[in-house]
Amino acid sequence: MGIPVSMTVNGKAVAAEIEPRTLLAQFLREHLRLTGTHVGCDTGQCGACTIHLNGRAVKACNLLTAQAQGAQIVTIEGVAAANGELHPMQAAFRQHHGLQCGFCTPGMVMAALDLVKRQPNPTEDAIRAGLDGNLCRCTGYHNIVKAVQTGAAAMKG
Amino acid sequence: MNAPVIGTRVERKEDYRFLTGSGTYTDDVALPGQTCAYFLRSQHAHAKINRIDISKAKTAPGVIEVFTGADLPGSVGGLPCGWLITDVNGQPMKEPKHPLLAQGKVRYVGDHVAVVIAETLNQAKDACELIEVDYEVLPAVVNVADARKPGAAQVHDIAPDNTCYVWALGDKTAVDKAFAQAAHVTKLDFINNRLIPNAIEPRAAVASYSRGDDSYTLYVTSQNPHVARLLMTAFVLGLPEHKLRVIAPDVGGGFGSKIFLYAEETVLTWASKQVNRPIKWTAERSESFVSDAHGRDHLTSAELALDKNGGFLALRVHTTANMGAYLSTFASCIPTILYATLLAGQYTTPAIYCEVTAVFTNTAPVDAYRGAGRPEASYVIERLVSTAAREMKIPDADIRRRNFIKEFPYQTPVALCYDTGDYEATLTEALKLADVAGFEARRKEAAARGKLRGLGYSAYIEACGLAPSNVAGSLGARAGLFEAGEVRVHPTGKVTVFTGSHSHGQGHETTFAQVVADRLGLGVDDVDIVHGDTGRILFGMGTYGSRSIAVGGTAIVKALDKIVAKGKRIAAHLLEAPDADIEFKDGKFTVAGTDRQVPFAQVALSAYVPHHYPLDKLEPGLNESAVYDPTNFTFPAGSHICEVEVDPDTGATKIVNFTAVDDFGKTINPMIVEGQVHGGLAQGIGQALLEACVYDRETGQLLTGTYLDYAVPRADDLPSFKVTTRETPCTHNPLGVKGCGEAGAIGAPAAVINAIVDALAHLGIRDIEMPATPQRVWQALQSAKKERIAT
Amino acid sequence: MYAFEYHRPSSIKEAASLARKLADAKLIAGGQSMVPALKLRLARPTAMIDLNDLPELRGISVVGTNVVIGALTRHAEVAASKDVLMTLPVLAKVAAGIGDHQVRNMGTLGGAIANNDPAADYPAALLGLGATVTTNKRDIPADKFFTGMYETALKPGEIIASVSFPMAKRAAYIKFRNPASRFALVGVFVSETAGNVRVAVTGAAPCVFRVKNMEKALASKFAPEAIARIRVPADNLNSDLHAGAEYRSHLITVLAQRAVEAALSGK
Repeated sequence: MGIPVSMTVNGKAVAAEIEPRTLLAQFLREHLRLTGTHVGCDTGQCGACTIHLNGRAVKACNLLTAQAQGAQIVTIEGVAAANGELHPMQAAFRQHHGLQCGFCTPGMVMAALDLVKRQPNPTEDAIRAGLDGNLCRCTGYHNIVKAVQTGAAAMKG
Repeated sequence: MNAPVIGTRVERKEDYRFLTGSGTYTDDVALPGQTCAYFLRSQHAHAKINRIDISKAKTAPGVIEVFTGADLPGSVGGLPCGWLITDVNGQPMKEPKHPLLAQGKVRYVGDHVAVVIAETLNQAKDACELIEVDYEVLPAVVNVADARKPGAAQVHDIAPDNTCYVWALGDKTAVDKAFAQAAHVTKLDFINNRLIPNAIEPRAAVASYSRGDDSYTLYVTSQNPHVARLLMTAFVLGLPEHKLRVIAPDVGGGFGSKIFLYAEETVLTWASKQVNRPIKWTAERSESFVSDAHGRDHLTSAELALDKNGGFLALRVHTTANMGAYLSTFASCIPTILYATLLAGQYTTPAIYCEVTAVFTNTAPVDAYRGAGRPEASYVIERLVSTAAREMKIPDADIRRRNFIKEFPYQTPVALCYDTGDYEATLTEALKLADVAGFEARRKEAAARGKLRGLGYSAYIEACGLAPSNVAGSLGARAGLFEAGEVRVHPTGKVTVFTGSHSHGQGHETTFAQVVADRLGLGVDDVDIVHGDTGRILFGMGTYGSRSIAVGGTAIVKALDKIVAKGKRIAAHLLEAPDADIEFKDGKFTVAGTDRQVPFAQVALSAYVPHHYPLDKLEPGLNESAVYDPTNFTFPAGSHICEVEVDPDTGATKIVNFTAVDDFGKTINPMIVEGQVHGGLAQGIGQALLEACVYDRETGQLLTGTYLDYAVPRADDLPSFKVTTRETPCTHNPLGVKGCGEAGAIGAPAAVINAIVDALAHLGIRDIEMPATPQRVWQALQSAKKERIAT
Repeated sequence: MYAFEYHRPSSIKEAASLARKLADAKLIAGGQSMVPALKLRLARPTAMIDLNDLPELRGISVVGTNVVIGALTRHAEVAASKDVLMTLPVLAKVAAGIGDHQVRNMGTLGGAIANNDPAADYPAALLGLGATVTTNKRDIPADKFFTGMYETALKPGEIIASVSFPMAKRAAYIKFRNPASRFALVGVFVSETAGNVRVAVTGAAPCVFRVKNMEKALASKFAPEAIARIRVPADNLNSDLHAGAEYRSHLITVLAQRAVEAALSGK
């Protein structure tokens, strides 16, 4: 029944035997206990489960774990520095109050990091368009937009 | 000393854990031996259950137990409603039993039929499909407008005509008289669209039972764990209250939907003892859509009577409100106590009459959703006012100014007494910030591009800080509405505060710490706020109705007063001075008029190491609690101005500017306050432009059951907002605060629709139903075109 | 989701043979439509055949006057491809507007057209450009490929290898989004290739379709006003919660004009 999978998660090699129907989000949360990756919907819209797969933002609840065989995965737990210091994008979210309940936040930060990689100087419109895969119900996005702008600037500097 | 932090933009203490993925939400809890639950839900809106066969499910792989309504002992009650409404005839509202698992009938799509408990979630779901239910499908009544029609299906035998109650407020005779003398009457019919709250964290629960001490622990996504415990133990399961600990850990947004006691966590708690293992249930989003309590869903007919100068004479409102299939925890008070009482708005309308008919339908229960009753009231008033202004050719700002309440306290004709406010000030500031003066030029510029611009106003008021318990009680509340707080000063002078308020995004860990830090002269990092655990906190009524800082914050202030009073007595002993001579300021106790002083931390240490201590007069330790019951509601108010651009070719509306000037009294942390406003505006704009919960009118199937059909606003649906505040301090709490959580959702819908109507009014369009989707706007334009051709 | 077997073939041949052999098996590439369907238990395949180990299905090349894109190429790769941006920028724009950012990082061209969602974007591009689908068996012109709602000309065991898009003299795609799903409520693709004008519409009917009378009008005069009065009758158009058939019919004309305008301005 089980199939073997192996991948690198936040720099560490992991291997497990899983049921084929295990979603990547489920694998991260339940097998690896990396619960920062959240699940907010079942149709792939909310983006709370956004992680990086081989350097690109994807929705971990919209992937079979097996599809990530051999991949390099980064989750929200792998973003801050080893000593715990926040990444400039995380710090910008705190500075601008870009989060309230915190549930969409990990996905939002992961999406923002990918956005800035593509567009190092994003305009407000580009940020709003670039976050089309993430829902936030608390902030009205106003402060998220400001945070991403500040985070982008800090990442260059 | 530490600089004062009240009124400053302190970065949030809770953010580090949320930003690093180290928060603990209910679904993150994993207990040893944990099992998974999955609920079988009705696919029918209304059906008789002839038979349920669980035999195949019970023997499916991994299944531990399967329970149906028949397994619940007779001693288990239904989910209670916390507010008794008495109808126009003095009779109590109809309260049908709200079973945890269906008893012979299902009454909405999503109703709970059975629960499967298995080793894994997939096994529970697989087994659920093996349960055979023999349904006899019955006709359903779905739409609020159909509920009382002759021949409509009956949801409950005990509620003829599907009527829960007919309730009224105000002086009908005075209103009728005023209408007879009016120079102008403006009449509108409204649908206040049904909404699905959609906190991004789905509801979840983990229940466990300890046979060793016969006690239960429940982790649950709740805005008010103590209320959940009280209702669950005393009214449903009949358990001793002290044997259940309810923990609401990090909660990912609530907006009202997590106030209520639901079947799922209640069944889990009961079942955890039956299977003697922990059980987890987390809603899939599709389950949230069908089973979270929905919001709004009013059908209203409203009329405003005016004199020839645009002065308001009277307001008459008839509303039918949908309760859904059962009464959720606070359902009955939303369209009554939290709605009709707000119909004076910011105006001196001398006579108001409102009649509300609450009906049952075969839909999910409807209860409080951000604003809860107040957005509906504000929408009625502000749409009428702008429509009257247009009809009487009076500018929007002028008609409002002409009717603003200017003297306080002000007793409205609908029971409330406003303590303070300055509506002129918020409106004037909003006009400036929105650059209303430049609007005509912008309208012309847009017209040159083939686009229609409009400007919409909304001057809302809300009653927050729920509530004086005795007033609420006299209106039917079955619980108190105070709040508890406890301040525990540790021997080193660091402080832990326990509050009955619950933060699920509001940032209490920071704002409450700011209050405490300032009072005790400490740094924000010297203070930790604990909430959401009945095992650690004295008591609590929780967070909703923008009540946390006004009620919960005041309870903490009262406890702080006691800390300072006791501290003074300890300091007096240490300084060998009379108690009355001790002053406390900037973290130091000082003998008045001298430089003899002792710092707060030293007093704290003395309290715990009472070697030199007035043991004959004082107990050691420095820990105080207080329970605060407010003397009045608070009345946040403000002016919102929305500017839209409509594309007449597609009907698409774009919000190009949104300005909100709000008066929340004193603000503790302006950054957090602005964030609350932004979020409220997004939900208010969502209601106006995007969101609609739609059921099939015949079958009762939910047609908007995923994010593919229910439009929650995304980043590019919204503009950046212009937000600022004016302060008239609340007169009856020590912090002068009013609350800010719901304002955006209350003010925004009318501003948006008024703006769209303003953009289209020259074409003869006078109303657009919410949500004003592109298709609706386009259709309105088409009908207007046809009418113009016909005439 | 229901349980299934999982296979990860290392050649197209092996994939095709598995697909023929296993009853009720499904091919999975990006899985951005497939996985949600599995989660909601709307699909019950007995086996999933994962194509992600077939690099030969991936890549973008310019062959003569055609842009050839491998079936396993992700939307984000098409959107960012210099070759595509240089030779057929409209295709990059189509790819850049599919789903959302995360979906574009996983979703593939082959998956999108094999699924043939009635509101998908790529089918409009294929039909609007007269592209050719190449499978492990044959070449299929776009006009014959999309056969109905979620239906294509693909036969069991047939696997899409690539799609060949002819370069256009000018082309544009305008999409009016469903406010909730962000799929096309109506999307119109307009192109002019060597002497050939095409207008393809997605989102409006059970399957992508061409508007021949608009094509004819534009062939004689490629300008918005040439089609301003041409309406696609509402009779066969979709009517749902978000848009009635009349509204969709109206939008087709509005968006087609805007697409022509955009094609003319090169934006």
